[in-house]
Amino acid sequence: MAYQFDFTFIPDYAGMLGQGVAYTLGLTVFGGVLGIAIGIGGAISRLWKIRPFDGLYQCYVELFRNTPFLVQLFLIFFGLPSLGIKLVEWQAAMLAMVLNLGAYSTEIIRAGLQATPKGQLEAAESLAFTRRETFFYVMLRPALLKVWPALSSQLVISMLGSSVCSQISAEELTFVANFIQSRNFRAFETYFLTTAIYFGLAVMIRQLLGAIGRYAIARRAAS
Amino acid sequence: MKPSRLFRSLALLGAIALGSVAPVVQADVLANITKSGTIKIAVPQDFPPFGSVGSDMKPAGYDIDVANLIGKELGAKVELVPVSSANRIPFLTTGKVDLVISSMGKSPEREKVIDFSTAYAPFFNGVFGPADQKVAKADDLAGKTISVTRGSIEDLELSKIAPASATIKRFEDNNSTIAAYLSGQTQLIATGNVVAAAVNERSKLRSLTVKFLVKNSPCYVGLAKGETALQGKVNEIVQKAKKSGALNEISQRWLHIALPADL
Repeated sequence: MAYQFDFTFIPDYAGMLGQGVAYTLGLTVFGGVLGIAIGIGGAISRLWKIRPFDGLYQCYVELFRNTPFLVQLFLIFFGLPSLGIKLVEWQAAMLAMVLNLGAYSTEIIRAGLQATPKGQLEAAESLAFTRRETFFYVMLRPALLKVWPALSSQLVISMLGSSVCSQISAEELTFVANFIQSRNFRAFETYFLTTAIYFGLAVMIRQLLGAIGRYAIARRAAS
Repeated sequence: MKPSRLFRSLALLGAIALGSVAPVVQADVLANITKSGTIKIAVPQDFPPFGSVGSDMKPAGYDIDVANLIGKELGAKVELVPVSSANRIPFLTTGKVDLVISSMGKSPEREKVIDFSTAYAPFFNGVFGPADQKVAKADDLAGKTISVTRGSIEDLELSKIAPASATIKRFEDNNSTIAAYLSGQTQLIATGNVVAAAVNERSKLRSLTVKFLVKNSPCYVGLAKGETALQGKVNEIVQKAKKSGALNEISQRWLHIALPADL
């Protein structure tokens, strides 16, 4: 017997799905901006061994890159209240996203900074660039440009990974999908739709970041 | 032999086999119990705290205690028969056991096939919370946060009756729902009384006291249809145990709550 598709539930849950998409995007954008900021700070501290930050960053990066995201999330949401730090689910989800992305982008950006050719630095020196100018125009911007594709991929991975935030009742897209599925028992249609939405979001983020990379970083670096 | 003929003979064979078991012997089970001095009672073995196999490999639990209580009152030796929730009714309808004491709820479908005694154990979904939370009905949930397992009976029921200002936080499984409550992420929790009892037994972080019932489905002793003499006797024993406090003692031992007065 052929499976009878039934997508009639969509209008009933359109509002919820919209909120779920907004929640997921919120987590991604917030996690992305703050995570990359943390990453730049971490990369600088690690590269120039600025104490005590380089040691702290090393522990942090190793901890977050070698443990599952879900466990980090549970630790923050269920564990921290025992220490008196009670974060509601969206705060816990945001914090986990920022910390997780921060750890990965630290390593990505550090690799970019490290790959600055010696000659480029010598050229800056011979042109009498100040240390600040050298760092911003000769090191950071070309480094970000170099690792931008890797950072974009990491951001998309984090966006997809944010689906596990549904486990702490954060009402992002996967939560909404699970909620709908537990009400209408139309698992195939519900997850089919969710897959399509995630796919669309991922493609959109990739395109958007590609454009940012081309126009914001590349052009301004060249000018 | 052609397939069609094979199937026909198989069907015939099946019909004969069914026919030989179908007629249930209509005897007075109570008289048999008194005569033989033993009573066969179906109990769960995979559903703590109602019935599970203890470290001594013997079944133990609420249902087993009730079975022994009924056996003692009838003056008969109890023979426990472990059953699952799927086969407990067939065990009764085919006369393999005299009673089913297996945390069984009443439903119209079941009442067509078997008879029930009066209720002997509480079984409900409700909203639980710390003793100092003043919540007695659904409307009192206004402004509160409640953790619940997504898609469960209590989720579906609570979603209907909770006021709009109540925040229902839905989790993937029982463990997360319980962890959210125990860690203080939610003020209240909606779950079953059996789960609440298990949490109270294992954790001293935050107690669970019942606030109000969301769905009530107490347990009944199941009997074969038409055994009115035995049904009367079992009802009498259950009533007596309720009055004497023997049933309350069993409830305290396994569920860690007093027997509800309206049971």
